[in-house]
Amino acid sequence: MIVGSSAFGPIVLTGITQGQRAFPYLTTMVLVPVGVALLVALLPKGSTWAIRAAGMAGSLGVLGIAAAVLDQFQSGDGGYQMVSAHSWVAPFGLSWTLGVDGVSLFLVLMTAVLFPIALAGATERTNPKAFTVWVLLLEAGCIGSFLSLDLLLFFLFFETTLVPVYFIIGGWGHERRGYAATKFFVYTFAASAFMLVGILALVFIHQGQTGVTTFDIRQLANTHLSGTADVLLFCSFTAAFAVKAPIFPFHTWSPDAYGEAPAAGSVLLAGVMAKLGTYGIVRFDLGLFPHAVVVLAPLLLSLGVIGIIYGGIVAAVQRDLKRLVAYSSLAHLGFIVVGAFALTGEALSGSVLQMVNHGLYTTALFLLIAMIYRRRGTFSIPKLKGLQGSAPVMAGVFTVVMLASIGVPGLNGFVGEFLILAGTFLTHRWWAVVATAGIILAAVYLLWAYQQVFHGKQEPDGDEAPFAEMTWREGLVLAPLVGLIVFLGVYPQPLLQRITPSVDAIVLHLEQSAHPKIPLAGQPVTSTVAARLDPYPSAVTVSISSSSGSRRHTRTNVKGAK
Amino acid sequence: MIHAAFLIPLLPLAGFAVLAPFGRRLGNPLSGWIATVLVAASFVVTVLVFIALFRQAPAHREFTQSWFTWFAADRLNVGAGLLVDPLSMTMATFVTGVSALIHLYSIGYMKHDPQFAKFFTYLNLFVFSMLMLVLADNFVLSFFGWEGVGVCSYFLIAFWFDRADAASAGKKAMIFNRIGDAGFLLGLFLIFERTGSLQYTTVFSRLGHVGTPSLVAIALLLFLGAVGKSAQIPLFPWLADAMAGPTPVSALIHAATMVTAGVYMMCRISPVLHLAPDAGHVIAWFGVATAFIGATSACAQTDIKKVLAYSTVSQLGYMFLAAGSGAYVAAVFLMLTHAFYKALLFLGAGSVIHAMEEDQDIKNMGGLTKLMPITAVTFLLGWFSIAGVPPFSGFWSKGDVLQNAWAVSPALWAIGAVTALLTAYYMGREYFLVFLGERRWSEARPTETDPSSPGYTSRGLHPHDPTWHMSVPLVVLAALAVLGGLLNLPFRPNLDFLERWLDPVVGPYLLQTHFSAGQQWLFAVADAALAIAGVGLAASLWRRTTDRPALEPRFLYMAWFIDWAEDRFVARTGTALAYFSATVIESKVIDGAVNGVASLVRGTGGALRRLQTGYVRSYALGLVAGVVALVAYVLVRVGS
Repeated sequence: MIVGSSAFGPIVLTGITQGQRAFPYLTTMVLVPVGVALLVALLPKGSTWAIRAAGMAGSLGVLGIAAAVLDQFQSGDGGYQMVSAHSWVAPFGLSWTLGVDGVSLFLVLMTAVLFPIALAGATERTNPKAFTVWVLLLEAGCIGSFLSLDLLLFFLFFETTLVPVYFIIGGWGHERRGYAATKFFVYTFAASAFMLVGILALVFIHQGQTGVTTFDIRQLANTHLSGTADVLLFCSFTAAFAVKAPIFPFHTWSPDAYGEAPAAGSVLLAGVMAKLGTYGIVRFDLGLFPHAVVVLAPLLLSLGVIGIIYGGIVAAVQRDLKRLVAYSSLAHLGFIVVGAFALTGEALSGSVLQMVNHGLYTTALFLLIAMIYRRRGTFSIPKLKGLQGSAPVMAGVFTVVMLASIGVPGLNGFVGEFLILAGTFLTHRWWAVVATAGIILAAVYLLWAYQQVFHGKQEPDGDEAPFAEMTWREGLVLAPLVGLIVFLGVYPQPLLQRITPSVDAIVLHLEQSAHPKIPLAGQPVTSTVAARLDPYPSAVTVSISSSSGSRRHTRTNVKGAK
Repeated sequence: MIHAAFLIPLLPLAGFAVLAPFGRRLGNPLSGWIATVLVAASFVVTVLVFIALFRQAPAHREFTQSWFTWFAADRLNVGAGLLVDPLSMTMATFVTGVSALIHLYSIGYMKHDPQFAKFFTYLNLFVFSMLMLVLADNFVLSFFGWEGVGVCSYFLIAFWFDRADAASAGKKAMIFNRIGDAGFLLGLFLIFERTGSLQYTTVFSRLGHVGTPSLVAIALLLFLGAVGKSAQIPLFPWLADAMAGPTPVSALIHAATMVTAGVYMMCRISPVLHLAPDAGHVIAWFGVATAFIGATSACAQTDIKKVLAYSTVSQLGYMFLAAGSGAYVAAVFLMLTHAFYKALLFLGAGSVIHAMEEDQDIKNMGGLTKLMPITAVTFLLGWFSIAGVPPFSGFWSKGDVLQNAWAVSPALWAIGAVTALLTAYYMGREYFLVFLGERRWSEARPTETDPSSPGYTSRGLHPHDPTWHMSVPLVVLAALAVLGGLLNLPFRPNLDFLERWLDPVVGPYLLQTHFSAGQQWLFAVADAALAIAGVGLAASLWRRTTDRPALEPRFLYMAWFIDWAEDRFVARTGTALAYFSATVIESKVIDGAVNGVASLVRGTGGALRRLQTGYVRSYALGLVAGVVALVAYVLVRVGS
């Protein structure tokens, strides 16, 4: 059952339970892109066609495995599934532990969908070999990060993603690529150092309490942390995630990086890698540091809300399409952060769903912008005008994607935002109120940009040809994204069905862990999650009766998973 | 037959689904006919469902049709399904009916437009959204329709996208609507928090558990959504700008249907308003203030469509006055009759604009009666209807509104009555300037409009009545505008069809008025006198003269400078703040700090400087070395 077992040295099979004798989908999914990358590296530099075909086949292979994982996934089970746990460096506690739950499932699927699209939509013509290798390695790193249940393994994957992105920006980017790439690398790398320290500290504390050295988050989740340690560890993890996402005010690398990266780079940075940060928050912050989450939720909610408003305001005066989308991403990630720290099942489900939604429409936006660039050689909004006249189909696709991003119901952005805001309103009303005002700003900057670029009359200077309509190839690249944007707007329930049990397990864990009143720096924690969840018991009693069944269901699942 | 209700929104959606990919290939006029026939079919189904519902006993006139779970997480469960009751079917009937007529009209009106198929694609999508709005069985699905009509309105206002004014107006409409929508969403969140549901019937059954302050907040937040969608103060300026869209769009979306969505929502939440009378008062006062401001502004406009746009603002104000007073039947009654006569007036205006080759300035018109008799006569009937001249429909519906307003506060009635006089006057002014008097256009005059605009010809002006596609809707709507009063006649208790029909939905929440027959006659005489006075005033002032600067002050032409003030104080402040954020806070403060830390690190010594090679190779090497060191450290710790 083990693929590439020799590469891992002596393998101790631990924790095998039923169902794991099946094909090791998750391990394969991480290793396939690595293997294909090695293969591509061996191909001669000139064989462009073979390189592209291999890259595409590799990423499509991952998509196939991801589809199989979706098929195997047990809907309604909130625990980790398809876990493959292999002790790797035993004395040191490092293990190759992968597993998937409702939180990571669709992020993995989204990653598997976006990589082939990014490869197909990539316009980079120079040195396809290196480009393909880096993209495939990045895919392995991203999928590995989403699947790791071992903290150190997660950290290794998380950090590994930096190198390919650095080379993609630096090698194939625009004018200021050197500055952007270095800024991105140093900023995120420095932030990750905090997390590494936090990981080690957590493991030592856990080891001190149990005598077991492990990086397995399922065990680490039961570590008893003093209030101060909890907050410090939370901050060290959050530093890495806040930069990666990014969360205001740690975002300034992103407009540069998104703006200077080649199309595929922007897509992967905003579409996939941003989710590493928000996923990290949900998986590790909420999973490992419940007290700190409850105590610091107002702070993080505030940063999220500021990101929504500030990102929207700054986006409104951008003159560069890519930077505009970068700031709009800051605003959208703000919603995701708000949903993560609202501490309700509705908001957290919406937050996870929104990670997928944002990946889809941001990718589509960046690809469309790349198509404009290919024709006009500029991202500058004032230099573009009246494109709708000669490219109505592209304008139509842009409109659909833009409306999804604005959050128009019937398209995918709405459902996530609605769940986030409605769930946040229950526990943190005023944050939800300000965040809701943020939906106005999305309409302001996107409709303004659309009007500038697509409306009006084209005034070609000199002998410039009229703006060319979308080609079939471009249409095919965008078709799956637009299809998913519409589908998830109309019928997101298949996703939510699989997301909510895992989210409920996280919220339940938060409620249970935050209940024991552990004093924080001498101060007793008076407000627990439970108290925050039901500030209006009289009103909620009506509703809880209908959902108590599903809650009990969740509880059994959590036990089953442990 | 009630189970066929799903076909009502589905037929226009099918039209959209066919026309979006294949519209251009189907061409002109086939694509237009497909759209028209599907909406007409939807109208037929609506009527059949209406009849089936009518055959039920009044207490059983409520059906829900659940389709699927749209999205659900924890306590929040939002379904997709329809609520078929007298209110929703009344709305659906007039929406599909008027839509079908305007589709037909558009086949003629858009005949020469290169984007003919696209126009009907949007129009069908609009009808689908509007039907979802009124037929949805829960707030969120209604919001889907609510946003859908807003988006279609954006598409259709900016339909001639190469015109700067149209593009800006589309954007403005969407943003103003979005402001209201934020309030609407907050209202939904509060409803969900307080009742644990967003299903209409469930929410209304749980209102007993909700405190009055929350109910007032819910009502006012939803009203904020209505203020945006239905163009009330202070969010009305978008509607005047929206006239940049094709005229059938103005008739359908910006007069008859979409803008009344807010009124529909107020009627739908009548159980909430009933328990929150304070909110009702606020709504009534906003409504009457909007009615007055809209009517005064209409008096000074020179664009044939802008007169109608401010008139629509004013009439919508009346509807909110009624809904806020608790007179939901009067609100729906006025909504229906307004849909007839205002759609008629807009289509008539479109016919005139065609004849004038896109010149919309009423000062350049005159003397069209003989040349376009059908348009002139139907426009006259529309004018008398909106003016409230007995026995035209507006007389009955506006009378109903004013009578109920009196029951709440005579002050509301007084402002409403003055507005009624103004209504008769400004429409009269428009009628005299457009159709009567001497011709202020020349047959030889080449058009002044942009040669690239649709419908442009270089010929001189030869005004004439339009093709049958356009005349038939005019005649049908004129008939409805004249006879619409029959829907709900006062005096005799068995003639108030609309009131009895809507009774199962709004009956328990209606304002109870107790006027004697004599008092009712008094109201009727007052209304008729006001209408006739307005008509007479217009005739005496505008029959011979085309210029009366004293009666067209800039203050009213600029609609009380509200748009100007909003642009000046809100939009410009926002822009300045945004520039400050982007240029100072973002680059100098936040990114400045980041770069500052970076250069600080860089400058801390010659030895370290060597590390800043800029090559990732060395960074990667550092990464690996760091990890190795840490691993070694941990191994040592673990080993010891």
